[in-house]
Amino acid sequence: MTEALDVTLTVNGERHAVRVEARRTLADALREDCGLTGTHLGCEHGVCGACTVLLDGEPVRACLLFAVQAQGRAIRTVEGLAEGGELSPLQRAFIENHALQCGYCTPGFLMLGTALLERDPTMSDEALVDALSSNICRCTGYANIAKAVRAAAAEMRERVPA
Amino acid sequence: MKPPPFHYHAPRTEAEALALLAELAPAEGRILAGGQSLVPAMALRVARPLHLIDINGLPGLDRLDVGDGHLRIGPLVRHAMIRRESVPGPLGALLDKVRGHIAHLPIRTRGTVCGSLANADPASEWCLVVATLGGEMTARSLRGERAIAAEDFFQGFMATALEPDELLAGLRLPLLADGTRWGFHEFSRRAGDYAQAASLVVMEVRDGVVLAARIGIGAVEDRPRRLPEAEALLIGRAPTAELLRQAAATARATLLPTDDDPTRPALAEAMIRRALADAAGIALP
Ligand SMILES: Cc1cc2nc3c(=O)[nH]c(=O)nc-3n(C[C@H](O)[C@H](O)[C@H](O)COP(=O)(O)OP(=O)(O)OC[C@H]3O[C@@H](n4cnc5c(N)ncnc54)[C@H](O)[C@@H]3O)c2cc1C
Ligand code: FES
Ligand code: FES
Repeated sequence: MTEALDVTLTVNGERHAVRVEARRTLADALREDCGLTGTHLGCEHGVCGACTVLLDGEPVRACLLFAVQAQGRAIRTVEGLAEGGELSPLQRAFIENHALQCGYCTPGFLMLGTALLERDPTMSDEALVDALSSNICRCTGYANIAKAVRAAAAEMRERVPA
Repeated sequence: MKPPPFHYHAPRTEAEALALLAELAPAEGRILAGGQSLVPAMALRVARPLHLIDINGLPGLDRLDVGDGHLRIGPLVRHAMIRRESVPGPLGALLDKVRGHIAHLPIRTRGTVCGSLANADPASEWCLVVATLGGEMTARSLRGERAIAAEDFFQGFMATALEPDELLAGLRLPLLADGTRWGFHEFSRRAGDYAQAASLVVMEVRDGVVLAARIGIGAVEDRPRRLPEAEALLIGRAPTAELLRQAAATARATLLPTDDDPTRPALAEAMIRRALADAAGIALP
């Protein structure tokens, strides 16, 4: 055992004071110490993307970051996407386009997709498909995930005219 | 799996980091940069450092500077920060293209260029770029600072000339003159995977003749390197499809693959041929 560290995590705008070993990954801290089990863990070594969260707005693998490293940073997880009980446009698009089956990969894809849409809702199809190749889905065959992100992008473009 | 226990250190200055590294390197202490190779290795329990010295909080290490005909890349420059807009001339376009082949977006936002070099995976794209273009690494420790040339830096499978107490403090790449032509190709099983074979070619062509050429190969031998026999074949001649085919065949004959995968030499030759063709600006199947 190594010493426990006091860490404050700011998740979806809320502060969580946790006491963790240095080796505790951000993904485990979110799930085990903050009780936010929306973030999933598949491979635990960076390949699958199920654990994708946003760190200061950037998508990262939460299994490859130690919780202690996230101190003072703004963390966003799937629990923070809906506002006032209303699903985000991307979440709705996932439902409408049948972009999930078992749902295991969904939180990771939603966070990845949210980052992509916030950066550039006008991104090319090629760039979108390349970015979505970051995460693994064993059910959908990806086509409907890409469709859902495109649909949400179209909705966002309408709302904020370029 | 979960990473094994370790002691965490978060120095606030580079001097403090170097002092920690000098003290803890003999006790299995290591630098933690982007963590995109080290943390998976820990989760798989193939790396068991007892101390991690996290450099992510050090100010000023994420600088990307252009000057003196060189690009200087600090130790906290993430893969995603290497963009065409931030590097002038053909080098910017070349690095932009290469970046797109390294892992995936959420890994590029954390992983660092210098971390890739220190990690020295034979299939690392940045290592191939450094070996081909002749990059220069700066190593810093309490004992002082030294420059290490690319041909001395890579010493074998995931082995470098860095001493355990040395921080890789930066990388310098020569800018490419306007008009310099280049080609990069890699074969990997899925987008974002490490390459099975990768080649980078840089060429200067004047009056229809090759004046200078660099041909690099990665992911085939235990470290990336240039292929001088194939390069020599091009000099002073017109880069025709036939000549490029010959050069790629010559390159293949001089390779010493580290495994006996029967597809490796053919993949290597194909990547070299395609990189040569892109550099020469001709279509070549
Ligand atoms: C799913 C996945 C796919 C990937 N695909 C690719 C790919 O296609 N191509 C590719 O090149 N890479 C790939 N990577 C690896 C990625 O590029 C890493 O970012 C990189 O290899 C290491 O950089 P880092 O900053 O993350 O280093 P870390 O993981 O923090 O460190 C790696 C090693 O280098 C040492 N180190 C780091 N920085 C320094 C320094 N400044 N001075 C001294 N020592 C240092 C560490 O002590 C450690 O031993 C992939 C990673 C994942 C998880
Ligand atoms: S659990 Fe993090 S990438 Fe698979
Ligand atoms: S919906 Fe089952 S893994 Fe993607």
